[in-house]
Amino acid sequence: MNHLDPQRHVRGESQYLDDVPEQQGTLFAAVYESPLAHGVLNGLDLSAAQRSPGVVRILTAQDIPGRNQIGGIVPDEPLLAEGHVHFRGQPVALVLARTEQQAHAALKLIQADIEPLPVITDPRQAAAQGELIVPPRTFRIGDSAGAFAGCAHVFEGVAESGGQEHLYIETQGAYAFPTELGGVKIISSTQGPTAVQRHCAVVLGIGMHQIEVDVTRLGGGFGGKEDQATPWGCLAALGAFLTKRPVKLVLDRMADMRMTGKRHPYSSDFKIGLDQDLKILAYEVTYYQNAGAAADLSPAVLERTLFHTTNAYCIPNVTAAANSCRTNLPPNTAFRGFGGPQGMFVIESAITKAAEALGVLPSEIQRRNLLREGDLFPYRQPAEGCHAEQAWDTAAELFDLDGQRAAVAKFNQDNQLFKKGVAMMPICFGISFTKTFMNQTRALVHIYTDGSVGISTGAVEMGQGVNTKIAQVAARTLGISINRIKIESTNTTRVANTSPSAASATADLNGKATELACLALRERLLRHASTEFAVDYEGIIIENEQVLAAGIPAETTWEKLVSSAFVRRVALTENAHYATPGVHFDASTESGHPFAYHVYGTALTTATVDCLRGTYTIDSVQIAHDFGQSFNPAIDRGQIEGGAVQGIGWMTLEEVSYNNEGRLLSNSLNSYKIPDLYSVPAVLDVHFLDTPGHPNAILRAKAVGEPPLMYGIGAYFALRDAVRAFRPGTALPLVAPLTPERVLGALYPEFVTVGQLAAS
Amino acid sequence: MITFFLNDQPIHTTEPAASSLLDFVRYHEHLMGTKIGCREGDCGACTVLVGEPVEGGQRISYQSMTSCLTPLGNVHGKHVVTVEGINQAGGQLTPVQQAIVENNGSQCGFCTPGFVMSLTGHSLSDKPATETNTCAAIDGNICRCTGYKSLERAAAALTAELAARPTTDSVKWLREKQFVPAYFEEMPARLAALRAETAAAEAPTPAANGHAVNGSTASTSPNGHAQSQNGHANGHFPHATHPLLSGGTDLLVQRLDELRQQPVRLLFDQSGRRGLRQQGGRVVLGAATTASQLLESELMRGLLPRLPDYLKLVSSTPIRNMGTVAGNFVNASPIGDLTILFLALGAEVTLAAAGGVGRVLPLAELYLGYKKLAKAADEQVTEISFPAPLSGDLFNFEKVSKRTHLDIASVNTAAWLRLENGLITAARLSAGGVGPVPLLLRRTGEYLLGRELSADTVAGANEVMQAEISPIGDVRGTAAYKRLLLRQLLFAHFLRFAPAMSLAELM
Repeated sequence: MNHLDPQRHVRGESQYLDDVPEQQGTLFAAVYESPLAHGVLNGLDLSAAQRSPGVVRILTAQDIPGRNQIGGIVPDEPLLAEGHVHFRGQPVALVLARTEQQAHAALKLIQADIEPLPVITDPRQAAAQGELIVPPRTFRIGDSAGAFAGCAHVFEGVAESGGQEHLYIETQGAYAFPTELGGVKIISSTQGPTAVQRHCAVVLGIGMHQIEVDVTRLGGGFGGKEDQATPWGCLAALGAFLTKRPVKLVLDRMADMRMTGKRHPYSSDFKIGLDQDLKILAYEVTYYQNAGAAADLSPAVLERTLFHTTNAYCIPNVTAAANSCRTNLPPNTAFRGFGGPQGMFVIESAITKAAEALGVLPSEIQRRNLLREGDLFPYRQPAEGCHAEQAWDTAAELFDLDGQRAAVAKFNQDNQLFKKGVAMMPICFGISFTKTFMNQTRALVHIYTDGSVGISTGAVEMGQGVNTKIAQVAARTLGISINRIKIESTNTTRVANTSPSAASATADLNGKATELACLALRERLLRHASTEFAVDYEGIIIENEQVLAAGIPAETTWEKLVSSAFVRRVALTENAHYATPGVHFDASTESGHPFAYHVYGTALTTATVDCLRGTYTIDSVQIAHDFGQSFNPAIDRGQIEGGAVQGIGWMTLEEVSYNNEGRLLSNSLNSYKIPDLYSVPAVLDVHFLDTPGHPNAILRAKAVGEPPLMYGIGAYFALRDAVRAFRPGTALPLVAPLTPERVLGALYPEFVTVGQLAAS
Repeated sequence: MITFFLNDQPIHTTEPAASSLLDFVRYHEHLMGTKIGCREGDCGACTVLVGEPVEGGQRISYQSMTSCLTPLGNVHGKHVVTVEGINQAGGQLTPVQQAIVENNGSQCGFCTPGFVMSLTGHSLSDKPATETNTCAAIDGNICRCTGYKSLERAAAALTAELAARPTTDSVKWLREKQFVPAYFEEMPARLAALRAETAAAEAPTPAANGHAVNGSTASTSPNGHAQSQNGHANGHFPHATHPLLSGGTDLLVQRLDELRQQPVRLLFDQSGRRGLRQQGGRVVLGAATTASQLLESELMRGLLPRLPDYLKLVSSTPIRNMGTVAGNFVNASPIGDLTILFLALGAEVTLAAAGGVGRVLPLAELYLGYKKLAKAADEQVTEISFPAPLSGDLFNFEKVSKRTHLDIASVNTAAWLRLENGLITAARLSAGGVGPVPLLLRRTGEYLLGRELSADTVAGANEVMQAEISPIGDVRGTAAYKRLLLRQLLFAHFLRFAPAMSLAELM
């Protein structure tokens, strides 16, 4: 079973936000952004822009009828700047004009009177000045301070990972229409329709029932449209509400890159202690998360960093402290992995630093400390159904780790200009929203009188294949062909109060709700069949659209059964509610059972560095992954491949860079590079581990969206291994991404120092 | 008036010549299959095919182009194909579409039509169907979802299908196999008819309208239509002060809003501005020769056997199909790849004012300062020439960028050496990204004269070179990095020229 949507994608027939036919009278919106990263907003001169051709109206904070507030977790983010500006790219005003070009032309005529204030871009500086988004949090297990005393080896260091631009190919946007009852309908490119709805209601000062949000599909999200689709939805809605005309707002690429947040950069201090046998006894880490100018999802991202602070390892004594630091950058936000990758990068850095200092392979430390059944995570949930060792051992054996290592050693001996490196990267990723209440959703299933089926859920299709999976679940549960099933757009009037499509949990939550609804409908239809066709209810099933009584075809098919049920006034619609059982977490003790289950896996990565030029290739990534009982291996493999490559991008090429004034330098596709066809590993093997899955996973197929991203961390350490083959014994910084510039600097550290002196 | 075929429909439009084909396709013709990803040619979501008649109009040659950077005027008289134009009636998939679906090469789908068009263009081309060529066809398409492995598998499946493609009359075969709809077979004739009709309409008809001057301008255009491509019908014909626009790959990124509000002088299709020839000891190129034409030139490949390796590092297939050599020169980017290559080849440019005689300038003397040219506003580059390297001459081009392909260099450099009896008798070394203009490193070149290919020579050359450059730190790297990198690339030149030399000796 392949992903269903590509049938239309390849013909260019799938409709994305900007493809929706424009209604007559539509106004086009463009956002005036703060030109400074921090300052007092004394005033705006809109007069010239208002006179500009085609301009109908320019909206500022004063025009907001409700509250000027879109903060999701912390109410600290105005929709339009008021009083102060806190980052470059912050929306200050909205131009509405008759054409898109006229709206953009008018932007250039707006003058803002801003009195500059000091700009902070560095999270440690922010922390030192007490600029924290929320109070720091600490996860503790055992007694790390005491345990270091008993360690044979203790190492300390600093690890830094950079931001990452989502670079969904479809930029952010929304199209809002005034409704006859005084509300607004919004077509939004969002992962969180309910978030758009809720914030629009606040901004407009009307009930959520007056706001309808509809999403057909996204041209990529990756977390970037979880919370940060909201401003554009609200701005378009504000325009439509005030002008009573349709308003369309689509960001161009550079505006999108300037105005939206990215994966959080982290700077972290670590201390790791091991015994003589390389068992990790103690680990202390302090994270400084660069949150940007407002909370956005940063506190939740920070929390997941803590949840993944020990990756796939059992460490008995851990103290992990996390600071979410307020800087004058666009608010950073969700990105596939949601803080998990940042935490894992630090523990892997600590292990690598220890291994290099001890003259052992990092993999010796990694393998020796993998989680086993029943081991406690620092938040005191036990590892249940743990496959950490199985994944590692399978990868090592299947992909011949020893053989590859020997080949690499031989290659490095024989070659001077090129060096190869190897790294193992185990992962362990918890599935569920860590805010327990968010683990709920609903599915609305209609069976039409001709036997066709329409399904609405809270899931947003953004390429991950969730609609195909939901259709499969329904087809399987009802015993009918998938061709009878249509997955409807995600719409807040059909399924309300939804969680965003995020946390890898979308297929689990919405698939389970769909399964429940379909089970109820099936039971109702079979009860009807037993009376209508006088067969025993026990033993009736529907299979391949045929009703079978005790295995024998009854005198009815799916179509006949449905139409006869309708005539007998049997309800053909079901709305089911699903809430993940057994998840809970107490933030006052930082302990509980926040995850429905964990996903495991291990990647073996090899890389080659051109030691003359500092360029490199990631040669192979070979993965043994815990899918559970995948019912769509094609989609699931696609998630692993795409996630791993995105993770490699984060660790290698993708460098988000701001200057000290908070101006984004990597502000377009010509200065921010994501992997292209030629930069992906020649070999990317995915082995489906033989694992049973989990009852909380849909049809026992485990969540697959985020976990593979962290395989990309292996690319960083494989490159580092190769660099060290050229420069044995050099102390290299633990800074990602490892761009060709950083690689060349690591290969020739003396020249860079001299060069910098010469330049200064 | 700009006229062309968009899929199977003739188009007559008065939209500005410098407006983008992408906007025309999406917002005038409402063909929404062509997507907007970046508007700077770096993602390929807007890829379309542009076909022009070849072999006396018997056949149409199709090339992939990013429609965001294609000036509408550049498709005058051509056949533009979007995904809607290859879709089969009845909803069945073409073999290209089928290969992507079956191999799960599409997730969110936003980039997908671009991949479909690039691969369809490859199917229509006469390049041998190897997996390398098929993958090269999608080297300008960025996908954020799949990690490309599924697209590689789709490319492999497609390559296998194309193995049976005949070398002549392939459109018939492609139509039978449903790669393209039936109307493709009629396109050479339909396009010829459209061109004839356009030429007739543009012929001077003083009796019919008072704008005789317009008519006469059109009649003097080299191929009967170029001068009328500005789309401003009311006497606003471009003259010598209006901007020159060639392939569009730079100007439509930077100045689209400004350019589409005025007439422009289109260069891309001016006759005599394309193609390469050897003339005595020199190679002469038309100014509008594209990077793809360089790559396909037997002459160039004979002189520089590793040219395909160099050009693989220069942008992507669709951009190489659009970007011209002279465009790269006059863009004056300090990091222009082709400029660096041609500086080391010792290129000269011919500059001509409208109607005036040309003057010849060494390429290195074209650059006065950052983005400042020794060229008057009414002058344009008409030709480029360079002395053909002799067999035995040494040449190498190096480029390092954050991403190896489809990226702008941090530093690029080229070197040409001539040796007699083991001593360097002539040398040209160029470097980009290390100064305000693309640099011909004259002093470094002079230093090399009379020396042998040795580690000492390289070390000495590096010292001279480091004094000759003045890199600044920017998004492509710190100044210190660029200095180190250029040293390394100098080493790379000499390691290639003298394979017996080792890195250890050089360090």
